[in-house]
Amino acid sequence: MTPSNDAPASFDAALSDLRPSASLKRRRNVERVIKAVLGAMATLSVGVTIAIAFALVRPAVEFFGEVSPKEFLTGTTWAPLFKPAQFGVLPLVTGTFLVMAIAVVVAVPCGLAAAFFLSEYASPRLRAVLKPVLEILAGIPTVVFGFFALYFVNPEITQRFWPFGDVGTFSALSAGLVVGIMILPMMVSLAEDAMSAVPDSLREGALALAATKREMCTKVIFPAALSGIVAATVLAFSRAIGETTIVLLAAGSNPQLTGNPGQGVQTMASFIGFAGIGDQPTGSTGYKTIFAVGALLFVLTFVLNIVSARIVRRFRQEYE
Amino acid sequence: MAEVRVAESAAAPRSSPRDDPRVVMSIKDLSVYYGAFRAVRDISLDIREREVTALIGPSGCGKSTVLRCLNRMNDLIPSARVEGEVRYHGLDLYDPEVHAGEVRRRIGMVFQKPNPFPKSIFENVAFGLRVNRLAANSELDEIVERALRRAALWDEVKDRLKKPALGLSGGQQQRLCIARAIAIDPEVVLMDEPCSALDPIATARIEDLMQEIKEDFTIVIVTHNMQQAARVSDRTAFFTTEVSEGDQRTGILVEFDLTERIFTAPSDERTENYVTGRFG
Amino acid sequence: MSATTSTDAVSHTPGEALATARTSGRRRLFDTAFRSLLIASVGLALLTLFALLIDTFLTGQPRLNTDLVNNMPSSRPARAGIQSAIFGSLWCVGLSGLVSLPIGVGTAIYLEEYAPRGKWYVRLIELNIQNLAGVPSIVFGILGLAFIARSPLKWGFTVGSGAMVLTILVLPIVIISSREALRAVPPSLRDGSLALGATQWQTIWHQMLPSAVPGIATGSILAVSRALGESAPLLLLGALTFVTFNPTGLDSGYTVLPLLIFKYASDAKAEFHTVAAAAIIVLLVMLLILNTTAIIVRNRFQRRAR
Repeated sequence: MTPSNDAPASFDAALSDLRPSASLKRRRNVERVIKAVLGAMATLSVGVTIAIAFALVRPAVEFFGEVSPKEFLTGTTWAPLFKPAQFGVLPLVTGTFLVMAIAVVVAVPCGLAAAFFLSEYASPRLRAVLKPVLEILAGIPTVVFGFFALYFVNPEITQRFWPFGDVGTFSALSAGLVVGIMILPMMVSLAEDAMSAVPDSLREGALALAATKREMCTKVIFPAALSGIVAATVLAFSRAIGETTIVLLAAGSNPQLTGNPGQGVQTMASFIGFAGIGDQPTGSTGYKTIFAVGALLFVLTFVLNIVSARIVRRFRQEYE
Repeated sequence: MAEVRVAESAAAPRSSPRDDPRVVMSIKDLSVYYGAFRAVRDISLDIREREVTALIGPSGCGKSTVLRCLNRMNDLIPSARVEGEVRYHGLDLYDPEVHAGEVRRRIGMVFQKPNPFPKSIFENVAFGLRVNRLAANSELDEIVERALRRAALWDEVKDRLKKPALGLSGGQQQRLCIARAIAIDPEVVLMDEPCSALDPIATARIEDLMQEIKEDFTIVIVTHNMQQAARVSDRTAFFTTEVSEGDQRTGILVEFDLTERIFTAPSDERTENYVTGRFG
Repeated sequence: MSATTSTDAVSHTPGEALATARTSGRRRLFDTAFRSLLIASVGLALLTLFALLIDTFLTGQPRLNTDLVNNMPSSRPARAGIQSAIFGSLWCVGLSGLVSLPIGVGTAIYLEEYAPRGKWYVRLIELNIQNLAGVPSIVFGILGLAFIARSPLKWGFTVGSGAMVLTILVLPIVIISSREALRAVPPSLRDGSLALGATQWQTIWHQMLPSAVPGIATGSILAVSRALGESAPLLLLGALTFVTFNPTGLDSGYTVLPLLIFKYASDAKAEFHTVAAAAIIVLLVMLLILNTTAIIVRNRFQRRAR
């Protein structure tokens, strides 16, 4: 063992060489403050969620003190801002479900089909054209879609071609169709991500067995990307439920307990918007209905988002 | 369990200017763990001033891991844990009071793949000086030129100092990284396979460079190219892996001696097998 | 082997079997049908977009003149303009961009560079941001109504409260895109900087952030676009009112373009619908300018990094 034949004269003096100098110490303290500030910013987002929960919970609890949950959840008339007020939320729920179902029926199959096309059939040049188009569609504000639904889709398309009865000035059908178009780009993008995660080796394997492109898509890629596609679908449900402006404009503000898409309906989200416009006095029961319905809406979408995230996490592990 | 042979300073090494060079860094019983996995075991060797010390061995035997302990770059890996001692002029680098930044100012590093910053050539070399507040703005031009000359790059870039560094060729980028490292005047320069991403001509230029800057800097180089080690280094440490329980491959130091001895008359059979190409 | 997938199975030689399989009528029919379905779906999306743009343009074109932008809203459709809404939008969106950008980037830096991986509170923050990104925008309006317009903050129905709600709404977008941008910076850059003795913040400030700027800029512009087009949350914050002045300060009443469009679109008088359509065109043009800027920024920085 060779001894270090140049031991420093004073151990402390030499250690101070590698210990932080005064200016370095100052810099380190500044950096510690920076790190704390950044950490505080990060926790802000948690604060927002807590604030949402608080904002919804307190008035909602007060609401259920005045209105029985049973009446709320099972009553079939929703007229909270009238006298006498009635608080059965079912019309809102069925309205939401109706619009959501129509939107999903449009967005999921079309979205999947478009995703297949982009992912497996389109040439790179075609993709370079189509993807920006989809981004444009994704960037259009909901109020523009609402206007389109009310003054074009409803008179020119729905009223003209719907074979199952009359369609009014407002209809769940027009609203649902346009909501579907609005969430289409998101569906395409998520489904395409799921498909591109499928390794090429699977595609080659199928084709090498003389499968056609269609068979490769339906029998190999679709099952392989299934969890990603399901997650995307769940997210589509969530977005359709939460849409407000399109529904307000195109489906009207009349809460009706109906299964007929030709009629106007009010959804949970569009009711909240409607009530908000009306500027309810703080503390009134009308004011509190906003929070009760809002709580219901938040819980629904929250659950859907978590389910979707769980599915995505399981799917990511399969290809690690 | 082979014994580690450490050479006492003896007959003058091939090109060392002194008879008994000072030890700058000494590693004693170093083991590095990544989580539960022990990457290297009981490494002990000395780095002597103004020499080129080469760490050679087959891939996966922990040479880079050991190198990165010398400038505390392993701190960046959350699961990494170091046992044993790494001393620089007698001071333990892993003493809790020691600041990693100060260590790296004195013990610099050049990486396997050239990694110039996406800035101008001038700013690349000046970066270390700026962040460590080592020079006034007025002195930068001079220091940058000196560093670039030392790295044998000045003539090629003196007319385009403000141009992006990423526009240089691979070999030039690596020399830029060397210039950047020596601009802050470290005592030791660590090189982690600096030529493995370069073509033979660029490699030769950097090997020449190493011989030149050896006059002012202590160099420790990891290389999997034996011939390179034989060409450029004064002392060589040969590593290999040993399989322990649970099929873990842990790196160990087999032999550490003057390069001439390692390549002409190694003491350990495993060293001999490696340098004569019997395995590889 | 005489494998044949044709339904009209007759014994063939392998070569014939291959030929039969390839030319099986039913199989090819399905292939063509499938492909047509896919193209039809894409066509539907394209068609809808074109129908929307064309119909909007045709409807709004009569009122597309300087009066539109210069006039304030009026109860007379012939005189109605959108100036107050344009300025209200600029104020709201500008403020929300100014506040959400530093907080969002700061959060992203913390999560990418400082936060210890795998710790429970870090996971909580990440999960939280993802959830917030999926919350319906009207819920943010409820939050604003409860906490900002009323109870603790009592800012009422002002530009300040509108901007704050928009800030909270776009914050997750800024955070997520900034994180992606930081993650895209090669780790060799960080190694190189630290190896020269730079501290963590020096490395972030001098190396990571500059390299991540294009991604962060693109993400911020996307966030601002989103804020510009939002209508639902501001419904609850009093921005649907009839406002004939431009905002003068944070405590000013206001309206925003999407909500003025909403107001004109829901008006009983059909002439207002024309104004609404014209206003939509203005809104779309503003968004087009924003997004084109984002694309230019992204391309320019990508070229410089070469």
